[in-house]
Amino acid sequence: MAELNILEAIRAAMDEELERDPDVMVLGEDVGRKGGVFGATDGLWAKYGDKRVLDTPLSEALIAGAAMGAAIYGLRPIAEMQFADFVYPAFNQIVSEISRLRYRSNNAFGLPMVIRMPYGGGVHGALYHSQSNETYFTATVGLKVVAPGTPADAKGLLKAAVRDPDPVLFFEHKKTYRLFKADVPDGDHVVPIGSAEVARPGKHLSIFCYGYMRFCALEAAETLAREDGVEAEVVDLRTLRPLDLPTVLSSVAKTGKALVVHEANRFGGFGAEVAATIAEMAFEELDGPVTRLAGPEVPGVPFHHTLEDWFMLNPAKIVEAARALAAY
Amino acid sequence: MADTRKTAELGHRELGLTDDDVMAMYRQMMLARAVDERMWLMQRAGKIAFVISGQGHEAAQVGTAWPMRRNQDWMAPYYRSIASALAFGMTAEDIVTAHLAKGDDVSSGGRQMPGHYGAARYNIVSLSSPVGTQVLHAVGIAMGAWVRGDDVVAITTFGEGTSNQGEVHEAMNFAGVHRLPVIFVCENNGYAISVPLAQQVGGLSVAARAQGYGFPGVTVDGSDPLACYAAAREAHERARRGEGATLIETIVVRLTSHSSDDDQRRYRDPAEVETLREHDPITLFGNRLLVAGLLTTEADMALRAETKAEVNQASARAEARPEPDVAAAERWVYAEEAT
Repeated sequence: MAELNILEAIRAAMDEELERDPDVMVLGEDVGRKGGVFGATDGLWAKYGDKRVLDTPLSEALIAGAAMGAAIYGLRPIAEMQFADFVYPAFNQIVSEISRLRYRSNNAFGLPMVIRMPYGGGVHGALYHSQSNETYFTATVGLKVVAPGTPADAKGLLKAAVRDPDPVLFFEHKKTYRLFKADVPDGDHVVPIGSAEVARPGKHLSIFCYGYMRFCALEAAETLAREDGVEAEVVDLRTLRPLDLPTVLSSVAKTGKALVVHEANRFGGFGAEVAATIAEMAFEELDGPVTRLAGPEVPGVPFHHTLEDWFMLNPAKIVEAARALAAY
Repeated sequence: MADTRKTAELGHRELGLTDDDVMAMYRQMMLARAVDERMWLMQRAGKIAFVISGQGHEAAQVGTAWPMRRNQDWMAPYYRSIASALAFGMTAEDIVTAHLAKGDDVSSGGRQMPGHYGAARYNIVSLSSPVGTQVLHAVGIAMGAWVRGDDVVAITTFGEGTSNQGEVHEAMNFAGVHRLPVIFVCENNGYAISVPLAQQVGGLSVAARAQGYGFPGVTVDGSDPLACYAAAREAHERARRGEGATLIETIVVRLTSHSSDDDQRRYRDPAEVETLREHDPITLFGNRLLVAGLLTTEADMALRAETKAEVNQASARAEARPEPDVAAAERWVYAEEAT
């Protein structure tokens, strides 16, 4: 077992996949000599050269579109969007092209490719370095969407994404990059895409979360247990599309109450899909309203620290929402 | 035997083309036209919902595709690429089948509209409808070949309207930065649906933009397949030598309306529409072959009858193919486990 933070785990996954398969390559802005603005690709350029770890011009559509072309050709590209906030120039490539190629060609073409994107707030990044925009992509059929919350999952899911025959959008919450270290299994650690994890078992309510919210929900669950005697079950979805329905539904069957937590805004957010699915498929199990706790309905995270603190979800806000639901 | 003085004027031998080669090019153009005309007939007969044409682009498409090596080089086409697709290996039957949206259509199994060329088996990238996206895919393929060190060239085609998309700029800039083995072919027919070149391209030249990307941009007469071939052959050799990309702007004529849903008489000068056929590349090239003594009027008629018969047979076979199965409509969103 190695103790790694999430950033180190992501780097280790790319390193091992580059080492294992000569068709794997990394491309993006500043991923080469600099090693990425967050350091995710640090050391890879020196080890694998400037073709397999390729600095691109500032052209996000190119990063996605060229990755698609390379995947058609037979490579397995890992593309990096410097921030999820900057993915929109590539939106056409991702939504019109990458998500649909297999379907529109009747399976003649497939795209084994990954797009990594640092997302989320809490790092003083304001409106354009803090977005949680995963919902645009979870709503797009043909993509797989992953958002890990631990170093072991970050490594294992990224390795699975690289090996997946279909395009995977890999959301990395940038506040978690260096937030904590945890054990990562040695060897070829792969976590299957499409499986949620019960991060903490409980019986009074279920908290569904992903990414940084796993960390916050676990802290909240500690507080709830200590101060309220409420045993919250924390379910880390890990993969948003395809959603692990059996794990979600069996948790609701156990607790009867569901709280869905994400940093992205509430209206039409991913939580709406989770909540609707629970309401539809586990209605008889429910002992309270399916509840969402989400980011505020503003266009982005405002900059000043008091404003950012107001925006961000945290363990205290989760405790508050969970208490109200537990008391229902 | 053809008169050698006359054939010399055609200039094909200096390009390394035999008499048979130029006749094969002519036939390819004619076959593309025959398929294209059949599409319009089928549309009028209610068999096809929509047609988007390549008529007038055949010389440019056949000429630029001719140096490409089948099953080794790659193409990312656009919606007028009927002759390019044929030159890359698609058959008349493949194309009619795709237009009829039959279940075993090689491009999409009946999922895409007519004109969305593509076939993995021929190294033709599947095409979508937002214009210009395919230019990035060609660059990505060229990047893949460059990363692996493979002897592969990618060619992509698009109209002058599409040349204004940001994605085309991003693609060309990147190709310039890394000297990628890619050939950009702009088929400039002067109209982006209804909007003329002067309202689409500030400098009036797409080829001139290449200078900013650091690779050659050339303008060629798109009604002359040999001029297009010469430009593409040079571009292909440059790419293979590791010297990078080339932008070829072929000046072509759009003989038909933009599509079967358009009527170009609403926005083109009637005199221009009336004289369009004078610029028909097939007639122009046929006349040159006649003058060169490679073709006789009788042989020309025979060739027309032959390609028409080929399309008749292709159409009959295509029409007999199975319709798509609704039960399979949800398949292939993602890869499926081998069973």
